[in-house]
Amino acid sequence: MSDLILEAASMSKSFAGVKALRAVSFELRAGEVHALIGENGAGKSTLIKIITGAVTPDAGTIKVRGEQVPRMDPRLSKSLGIAAIYQQPSLFPHLTVAENIALALESGSAWRTLDWKARSRRASELLTRAGASIDPEKLVATLSMPEQQLVEIAKAIGADARIVIMDEPTASLTEREVESLFQVIARLRSDGVGVIYISHRLEEIAAVADRVTVLRDGETIATKRMDEVDRTELIRMMVGRELGSVFPKREITAGDTVLELRNVSSRAAGVYHVSLSVRKGEILGIAGLVGSGRTQLAETIFGLTPADSGEIRLRGESIVIDSPSVAIRRGIGYVPEDRPRHGAILEMSIAANTSLASLRKVASHGLIDRSRERGLAQSFVKQLRIKTPSVEIETGALSGGNQQKVALARWLAVDPAVLILDEPTQGVDVGSKAEIHSLMADLAEQGLAIVMISSELPELLGMSDRIAVMHAGTIRGTLDRKDATQQAILSLALGHAA
Amino acid sequence: MNRFRAEISVAFAIAVLLIVLVFLAPGFFTRENLSDLVLANMPVLIVALGMTLVILTGHIDISVGTTFAICGVAAGEFAKMGLPAWGAGLVACAIGAMLGAINGALVAYLRIPSIVVTLAAMVAFRDALRWITQGAWVQDLPANFQWLGTTQAASNAITFAVAGALAIGIGWGLRNLPAGRSVYATGSNENAARLVGIDSARVTFCVFAFTGALTGCAALLNSIRFNQVPSNAGIGMEMKVITAVVVGGTAITGGRGSIQGTLLGVVLLGIISPALTFLGFSAYWERAIQGLIILSAVGFDAVRSRFGARLRGDFAERTA
Repeated sequence: MSDLILEAASMSKSFAGVKALRAVSFELRAGEVHALIGENGAGKSTLIKIITGAVTPDAGTIKVRGEQVPRMDPRLSKSLGIAAIYQQPSLFPHLTVAENIALALESGSAWRTLDWKARSRRASELLTRAGASIDPEKLVATLSMPEQQLVEIAKAIGADARIVIMDEPTASLTEREVESLFQVIARLRSDGVGVIYISHRLEEIAAVADRVTVLRDGETIATKRMDEVDRTELIRMMVGRELGSVFPKREITAGDTVLELRNVSSRAAGVYHVSLSVRKGEILGIAGLVGSGRTQLAETIFGLTPADSGEIRLRGESIVIDSPSVAIRRGIGYVPEDRPRHGAILEMSIAANTSLASLRKVASHGLIDRSRERGLAQSFVKQLRIKTPSVEIETGALSGGNQQKVALARWLAVDPAVLILDEPTQGVDVGSKAEIHSLMADLAEQGLAIVMISSELPELLGMSDRIAVMHAGTIRGTLDRKDATQQAILSLALGHAA
Repeated sequence: MNRFRAEISVAFAIAVLLIVLVFLAPGFFTRENLSDLVLANMPVLIVALGMTLVILTGHIDISVGTTFAICGVAAGEFAKMGLPAWGAGLVACAIGAMLGAINGALVAYLRIPSIVVTLAAMVAFRDALRWITQGAWVQDLPANFQWLGTTQAASNAITFAVAGALAIGIGWGLRNLPAGRSVYATGSNENAARLVGIDSARVTFCVFAFTGALTGCAALLNSIRFNQVPSNAGIGMEMKVITAVVVGGTAITGGRGSIQGTLLGVVLLGIISPALTFLGFSAYWERAIQGLIILSAVGFDAVRSRFGARLRGDFAERTA
């Protein structure tokens, strides 16, 4: 077929021994919108990175317009007319729209004189073609997220891109903005541009895509015409795997309710009317897509964005949590997502990190008892099997999995009644992941109530006693372990009723 | 040990300098010269202790020279009004704390960058002082002000003891008090600090106010060495103090550093200019060499943290 503009055949790629892609094939025709779907970690981003030249595959061939590309790199990919638009626009916020577009398109000596008027004219022409009415002289920092995306699209049009990759372009858009984005896509398609469209939102894919390719665990499951498949089948293809005994979940009879939320809202955080409860020894999973308010809910419970209505009860007592220090005093621990920003403090020693939330415990008469602090850290190094020669070394010197364990140790040192874990195994290698899971099972057995936020459905299904599914800042439904399936969770997470 | 790398390299530089002096300028080691040197640097040390805390929280205070001048003049004026020297000292500390608190409030609660706030304070308060004093020095100090009303030797001993006690106390507190941990935590990762219940804004505010108070104390201990108080004291002091702290291994980005390092930094900065004089270098070279020292210390820190970042970056990529 002559209208094949991109063919990627038998792409394989491993990172540190973990296979991200196994012989994945993907093709794109001119004037086609080809959706790429799959769970987190299915290999979508790796495939995109190979196409844009950011990652070199271990095996496989790429052909662009029938010509084999021996070695793709970001420059080459750009000159072949491949453009990628990510969820987070990559623009220079302190430059104007026109300058941003010009920077992407112009080339030449750094000392050439600039034609400001021509830049501005070209920018407004491209913006019009992208269906945007944005003043090219505006600073990018003053634009909304969708406007910034339109600037990215204008850049792609200006670069005369024939292959446009859109990675979750609608994640931060409202429904109306999605509409106008779809019009732009339709225009690109009628110009003969091939669009690779990545999204978690299946209804969008149904509306915009011509074909769909499903990836799972680094393999191509199927490529189908959109009119041949329905939602249920797509979901089944996406998750399709049997969950066995990889998760060390133990049957524990849950005890009394420890934490209970009754109709809690925090408008500032975008959390609305959440009711949930966790009992002693229970693991409550919180599922939901990125942006569904999971982390915001955790931050509300932890007092970072205090609840403005509703009631939080701890061991049956109604309490007000208006700051993290109150939450800590009440026995709530929170291991946040985004470890480098919020978790272990990398400049501090393991000992200092471990004691940071429970300094009162290692202090006598207001003084830090350093030997007690070391002892505390050592006991957690042993319990959590943190690999380190000493508790005095800087946490930044440890591997990611071990840093995560140090962050966990900090909260276990508090001896909490409730522990909130936000993406506890994100970015952690397979071995550490299993260890963290078995540790969670141990902790639950010891009577801790655990709230686990996760994007990984297998993890949620494997570890949770119950799963609360969030959508748009509220809990759409709560599934018992025995009723929970990946399909049921996805369906709730996408906003459908249980 | 890794952790003391910066301190060790400064200690090494000091040792080299002293050995060179032993052979080429033994006159440096006369009792009189050394005691002068130590006393002249005590105020710098005391201010540097506060500056260490400010830099550890990830901020900077370039208004200390101005605060130093204001507190010195205030101490003198209050002494003239009949307060005993220790009372004048308390007033100096209180005024210093107040000026520091103004900076601290603007930085911590209004979130204005500390360099902007303290630059404005440095210029504005310096000019206000010049306007109020009309440039005149405080003279006709009461007899009980100079040397604290005791002998010169006793006064020197007191100065030395106060500076020593402050250095030991702050160094110890930074290691052993939960408050000290909050300073490090705030400077290295404010988000994480917030999550463990540390009120980072309050930590920042307190550190600025405390530094102001220390500057007041330093100003008093400096004023009592003379029979008049200059109204233009402390010009360029911020430069010397910040250099000493940074040379001592405190990361300019916050979160890493120690009082021991600052102590070594003050010693190195303190001996370097008289040493150069003793070795026969022209005074014009002094500044240039000070600059070189900052560059090498900060450069070393930058190279080290870039190396660290690269290690972490590699890891992140492997697990992505």
